[in-house]
Amino acid sequence: MKSLGSIRRDFTPWNDPNAKPYIQFDNVTKKFGDFTAVNNLSLTIFEREFFALLGASGCGKSTLLRMLAGFEEPTAGRILLDGQDLRGIPPYRRPVNMMFQSYALFPHMTVENNIAFGLKQDGMPKPEIAARVAEMLRLVKLEQFAKRKPHQLSGGQRQRVALARSVAKRPKVLLLDEPLGALDKKLREETQFELMDLQQNLGLTFVVVTHDQEEAMTMADRIAIIDKGEVMQVATPAEVYEAPGSRFVAGFVGNVNMFEGKIARGEAGAASIDAGNGITIRTDNAGTASAGTAVTFAIRPEKIKVSSKKPAEAINAIEGEVYDIAYLGDMTVFHVRLDDGQVVRASTMNAARITEDPLSWNDRAWVSFRPDAGVVLTR
Amino acid sequence: MSSAAVTTASASPATSTGKSVHARLGAAFSGRLVIIIPYVWLLFFFLIPFVIVFKISLSQTAIAIPPYTPALDISGGFSGFLAQLKQLNLDNYTWLTQDALYFNAYVTSVIIAAISTVLTLLVGYPIAYGMARAPATIRPTLLMLVILPFWTSFLIRVYAWIGILKPEGLLNQLLLATGVIHQPLIILNTYTAIFIGIVYSYLPFMVLPLYSALEKMDYSLIEAAKDLGCPPTSAFWKITFPLSLPGVIAGCLLVFIPAVGEFVIPDLLGGSQTLMIGKTLWNEFFGNRDWPLSSAVAVILLLLLIVPIMLFQRAQARAQEMDR
Repeated sequence: MKSLGSIRRDFTPWNDPNAKPYIQFDNVTKKFGDFTAVNNLSLTIFEREFFALLGASGCGKSTLLRMLAGFEEPTAGRILLDGQDLRGIPPYRRPVNMMFQSYALFPHMTVENNIAFGLKQDGMPKPEIAARVAEMLRLVKLEQFAKRKPHQLSGGQRQRVALARSVAKRPKVLLLDEPLGALDKKLREETQFELMDLQQNLGLTFVVVTHDQEEAMTMADRIAIIDKGEVMQVATPAEVYEAPGSRFVAGFVGNVNMFEGKIARGEAGAASIDAGNGITIRTDNAGTASAGTAVTFAIRPEKIKVSSKKPAEAINAIEGEVYDIAYLGDMTVFHVRLDDGQVVRASTMNAARITEDPLSWNDRAWVSFRPDAGVVLTR
Repeated sequence: MSSAAVTTASASPATSTGKSVHARLGAAFSGRLVIIIPYVWLLFFFLIPFVIVFKISLSQTAIAIPPYTPALDISGGFSGFLAQLKQLNLDNYTWLTQDALYFNAYVTSVIIAAISTVLTLLVGYPIAYGMARAPATIRPTLLMLVILPFWTSFLIRVYAWIGILKPEGLLNQLLLATGVIHQPLIILNTYTAIFIGIVYSYLPFMVLPLYSALEKMDYSLIEAAKDLGCPPTSAFWKITFPLSLPGVIAGCLLVFIPAVGEFVIPDLLGGSQTLMIGKTLWNEFFGNRDWPLSSAVAVILLLLLIVPIMLFQRAQARAQEMDR
């Protein structure tokens, strides 16, 4: 299979064996009493990378960020930043800044004083502070709000003040805890691109924590999927989506159809999977799985075609009945109940305004897909 | 037939409007009532008594019941009432300025109250801070412990301090036994004893408003300050303290105001040497039976306290307007 690199830009230090890691989590464990928030976790993040920690709430991703910021110390293991062990260094001496989920703007200070706070702490001369604050206000387009207090701003404006405050000091690493969580959908999408531009322009390393897979996919160079304090997979958004390493990752990121089965016959990556009830799936992506192995065949809904007749050329085609149709405008989602009872989700882009092969509820239908469309998961 | 139908049709909306107007009036009245009640309360239990006290302060002392003249007598009608008003004068206020005792008593009271307020703040702030940062599960218990002393009579608690502070009291016994001192400390019947008494008695009034201000504060603000390079002590003065200021001011007023007029604590713990306005007032009223003079003392005391409160409220209103 062709390697799926970063599709955004020519930036793949993780594929370079000589690249020096910038942030290293080295067998880090964090316990709160009996609860293990982070379990023997190792991660490397590279300079100027936009790195996302993705996971459900309570998976330990925020704890990772807080350990990097210095609010928590690891129970075991170590965290290195640019080769320096961060253990024992208090948050106010770390070259990282954090944008808080609640924004944590100082309510008794104006916007400009909020942004200037960190610079004043560093003892920067006054004219330089004024210049930097003006630059930051311009960057987040809040020039005319400099004298306002946080409670006089909208949610989106507050978010931008928090962002300006956290980048004002030009930290080596910017930590973002659910940076877009409190914004509405439209604003969130706009801000995603703003954040990406900002990261590019300032040349900073961003580590963002999010539970929103779409957000992580849009913004990040690489995504670490975290579950129960452990890393499930670290990969580019395309890899995570197209080549998930485990059932958990496949199910967590995007929608997926899974067929449980056994490898019936296989050679050089290609294999037939006996999925029971007379369903045989032929795939090119079986990897090293040998005959007899219990596997899960995972396939994304948009890679499945639904038609009323069995496509003549199809290698994989299974018959069923249309159970549900959801018209979403840009695409239509079909739920097809196979004859063994399993429901398959398939989505079709509505490229034309009128479909030549209209399907309706309870129609007999065929779901078909190419042998290279799905992945075989053994974990 | 048709005309009858029209009348009924037109009548029914009329009655329904009438009903809704009635309901609306009722709602408006009950809405007003909620606002009126506190005003009526203040009228009867603050303004009228104050007017009476003020009137007495303008009267002359007399050997009579009540012990001042003119006493309110409405048998003379309106003209009689006017004649009585003419007898009122400011003699008692003039007298207050002529005897340095009163001036000194006011000044000492304000100073003692101010020092006690600062001491209470110094003791109360760490307590309130600790409570606000305690795990949420034990906060109600801590709050209960702060309020617990109120379950015992105030007078008894102040008496108990005599037992602790007197030369052969518990404190001196402890210090002598542990060898910290060799001579008993003289604390009882000094200003120190008054400070101890006031700080002890008024501590909950300081802790509670401070606690409510600190408890509301988002702890991530402190983390944000630290994250931006602010060491913990500096973060306290730049973030925590300014944000707790409303609690500080409320607590200070709640301690300062009653402390200025405090009588029981200086009387029991301060001995005969200490001079405070509450004690002076007591002596004038019960010792000398000079109702008009003690009323004048009380009126001046009230003015003394009302002015700073009003200044504070004005400043607060202005700050709120600026925020808007």
